[in-house]
Amino acid sequence: MNILSLFVAVPVLMIVLLFLCKEMKQIRTVMVTGASALLVLAATLTVMFIKERAALPDVEMLFVSSTIWYAPLNITYAVGVDGISVVMLVLASIIVFTGVFSSWNMNMAKEYFLWYCLLSLGVFGFFISIDLFSMFMFYEIALIPMYLLIGLWGTGRKEYSAMKLTLMLMGGSAFLLVGIIGIYYTSGHSSMNLLEIANNLHIPIEHQRWIFPATFLGFGVLGALFPFHTWSPDGHASAPTAVSMLHAGVLMKLGGYGCFRVAIYLMPEAAHELGWIFLILTGISVVYGAFSAVVQTDLKYINAYSSVSHCGLVLFAILMMNQTAMTGAIMQMLSHGLMTALFFALIGLIYGRTHTRDIREMGGLMKIMPFASVCYVIAGLASLGLPGLSGFVAEMTIFVGSFQNADIFHRVFTIAACCSIVITAVYILRTIGKILYGPVQDEHHLHLTDAAWYEKVSAVGLILGITAMGMYPSGVSEMISKSILPIIEKLSF
Amino acid sequence: MDFNNFLLMGQEIGLIAVFLILFIYDIIGSEKSKRYFYPFTCIIFAIFTLWGFCPKPAGEAFGGMFISSDMTVLMKNILNIATLIVFLQTFRWLDAEDTRHRRSEFFTITLITLLGMYLMVSSGNFMMLYIGMETASLPLACLAAFNKYKEKSAEAGVKFVLISALSSAVMLFGLSFLYGAIGTFYFSDMTSRVVGEPLTILGLVFFFGGLGFKLSLVPFHLWTADVYEGAPTSVTAYLSVVSKGAAAFALIFAIYKVFGNIEIVWQQIIWWLSVITITLGNLFAIRQNDIKRFFAFSSISQAGYILLGIIAGNAQGMTATVFYVLVYVFSNLAAFGVISAVEHASGGKTSIAAFNGLYKNNPKLSLVMTFAVFSLGGIPPFAGYFSKFFIFMAAASAEQYLLVFIALLNTVISLFYYLLIIKAMYIKNAESGAVSRFSSDTYNRISMLACILGILVCGFLSCIYSGMSEISFGI
Repeated sequence: MNILSLFVAVPVLMIVLLFLCKEMKQIRTVMVTGASALLVLAATLTVMFIKERAALPDVEMLFVSSTIWYAPLNITYAVGVDGISVVMLVLASIIVFTGVFSSWNMNMAKEYFLWYCLLSLGVFGFFISIDLFSMFMFYEIALIPMYLLIGLWGTGRKEYSAMKLTLMLMGGSAFLLVGIIGIYYTSGHSSMNLLEIANNLHIPIEHQRWIFPATFLGFGVLGALFPFHTWSPDGHASAPTAVSMLHAGVLMKLGGYGCFRVAIYLMPEAAHELGWIFLILTGISVVYGAFSAVVQTDLKYINAYSSVSHCGLVLFAILMMNQTAMTGAIMQMLSHGLMTALFFALIGLIYGRTHTRDIREMGGLMKIMPFASVCYVIAGLASLGLPGLSGFVAEMTIFVGSFQNADIFHRVFTIAACCSIVITAVYILRTIGKILYGPVQDEHHLHLTDAAWYEKVSAVGLILGITAMGMYPSGVSEMISKSILPIIEKLSF
Repeated sequence: MDFNNFLLMGQEIGLIAVFLILFIYDIIGSEKSKRYFYPFTCIIFAIFTLWGFCPKPAGEAFGGMFISSDMTVLMKNILNIATLIVFLQTFRWLDAEDTRHRRSEFFTITLITLLGMYLMVSSGNFMMLYIGMETASLPLACLAAFNKYKEKSAEAGVKFVLISALSSAVMLFGLSFLYGAIGTFYFSDMTSRVVGEPLTILGLVFFFGGLGFKLSLVPFHLWTADVYEGAPTSVTAYLSVVSKGAAAFALIFAIYKVFGNIEIVWQQIIWWLSVITITLGNLFAIRQNDIKRFFAFSSISQAGYILLGIIAGNAQGMTATVFYVLVYVFSNLAAFGVISAVEHASGGKTSIAAFNGLYKNNPKLSLVMTFAVFSLGGIPPFAGYFSKFFIFMAAASAEQYLLVFIALLNTVISLFYYLLIIKAMYIKNAESGAVSRFSSDTYNRISMLACILGILVCGFLSCIYSGMSEISFGI
């Protein structure tokens, strides 16, 4: 069996085992073992990939394997990875792993983890697929568990948020599906394989003009593209901790990855022609998201809007269409995934103890929960781009890359997006100052405990990722930038 | 007389044999021996269904009146599977006080309607198609009114009989136009003679209207909700799956075989019909409080999706349509299995509120419902995703991208109301008088197990679709 298919097989196995579980202990054993297996698998894959890449520097995708599935429709189950997918798989496995620890004490744990595994199954499957059909299938598999995860285990206006999130994302996938079917038929209905379509087939430009917007919009909804980002704050705010982590950390990356891999890769001409429309929208996302975060008082809403801003930056960089900016985009996905997951893990931790997420009702938590507070500061600093942490590396690369586009249109948007960093600093520092420092607002908070061991595992795991990336960015960027070359070549026709 | 003609009608003759066996058993069997009537029926029909999968001869019988091909055999097998599942779901209902002594009537009447549907599928002549349709329709009215002491059931029967009489009249009117314009009713002779003259087109439109009633396409759908609500649940299941499937099969044959030349005309008709059928079906489904009415409108919109496959006009379209119906059989019948179980456990309640908090007391049943609803909504990894995807691909192969897009937006709406059921089962708290924990009967369990198996397997086993694709044909 191909090593990549194991990424799908492990969650399937976990689901089957979960069905057999009876006690909480067994459930935890299954989840921890499974998530660790995935983590090990991702690490092994990275090592294997680097070795294989050194041996075969010119091949676009490695570990490619393809099995015919629906012969009459040219649908195959095809897997393969390049540097970008490997990085995404590592990210996903880290977050799935830490998410398990963040949802240590769930009620109805069995059902919760069943849907959780299904969600991760979809995420992993999406990143390894290079066939449009199976890619879309995994994409939808990842979306639908959100409804129940939020609706059942969420907080606040959970039913409303769950429905809104599901319907908006499904609406996006309606655009996406018509785009995918369009790609298949206009490229001569002979293959659903991404590589095959990109290298050997051609989609006529008049069709690209409608397929590109459809696919970009379809994936863009998941990447919180303005004005289709409204599901994100409500959804994240209502979701349980681990689901917010997984959703903001990984699922939103599906959008960026898809825009990149499907929309731009397969339709470079239309991307050149129509990219500016989406650039305006993503520019708005970046700035508007940041400003919205400033006025929020709910911790989760602050973070959700910050995610809109940061994920907007991913799409923004992808649309700059040069190697540096795109490398930055992928690094931003990685960096944002890790730090948002950390944020949500800590917010979940704090909320679980204080029972409030309103920053006006909290203060002086540094004295009460030193461990959690320090982690929060680290996450905050990573988010506002402190050198040495992941955020700096990613944003720096993006802005350097964006500035390479010399025309006035791109320059204006680059500068506007740069300003969002300042706004980020405003809301991050304000939040940190308000809830961690100063006098204790509520005397009941004085008796609260610091993070439990499982919460520490989760936080430390994510911080390790953030610092590793901040300290040794060249390792990551090397893996990514080589894989971007084929796309850049297509763009500079 | 050439007896080879009868060999081609193997399945029909087999069905009549099953019918006669049951009939005789009912007449001469003692009261005591009738205890085994129900299991005997299920077993004998299961054997008959299995036998249907043995290779059958293909050809034309009675001078082209009756056509048997691999495709018709497959379609009849799908109808058989659906009927068998419906039979398995009737145990509790037929065991009740006022229906027990009429149990055999249900089975024999159902088999007669099934025979009519066989003839519809196999017809090579419009007269044959009409006879099949009538054979299928009239007994269905008896079935709808089967719970004759219930007002709504009787009302459903009357409505159904009036509407099917009306639709037959409309269809006959159209057929007379066709006969006047072309001069023959044999499909094979008509094909080349159909040109786009107004009389033929008028005939086509009326013919379409007649079948539209059976398929419950908007604007011919007005009977659907009332009849579905009033009829006994198992009959509703039969109506929504078997009767609809047979009408879709008959439609696709008639359109592909006869009207291939005027593709452009019927494509327009289907385009508009499917758009309004899907949209209106979905919008009305949102507002329903009764789960049977709810599934009535859901099945209306599903019929609109079926049209998406037919519009393609090529072999791919036929494959996608047949595959869609197969998956629809499993998904919808799984849902109806749960509905009838809940109905009997709650003493006849069919409101959506009866499903509130179902998960807490009956997790397995709600899991079945979840699978069914997700499959109907087209969510992977369930079979419904595959069948929807293929039907969209079929429509796109005829370059109907706009239609595909409208249909896709509608899947979002449909997801909304399907999620309402999920919400009722999982998220909402049970009110007082909610369904307590109960176990459904063995037969119903088998039926739901079969449906779940179908929902899980049909998508991943590509050989089913590929096999269909080999025996499909286009215009």
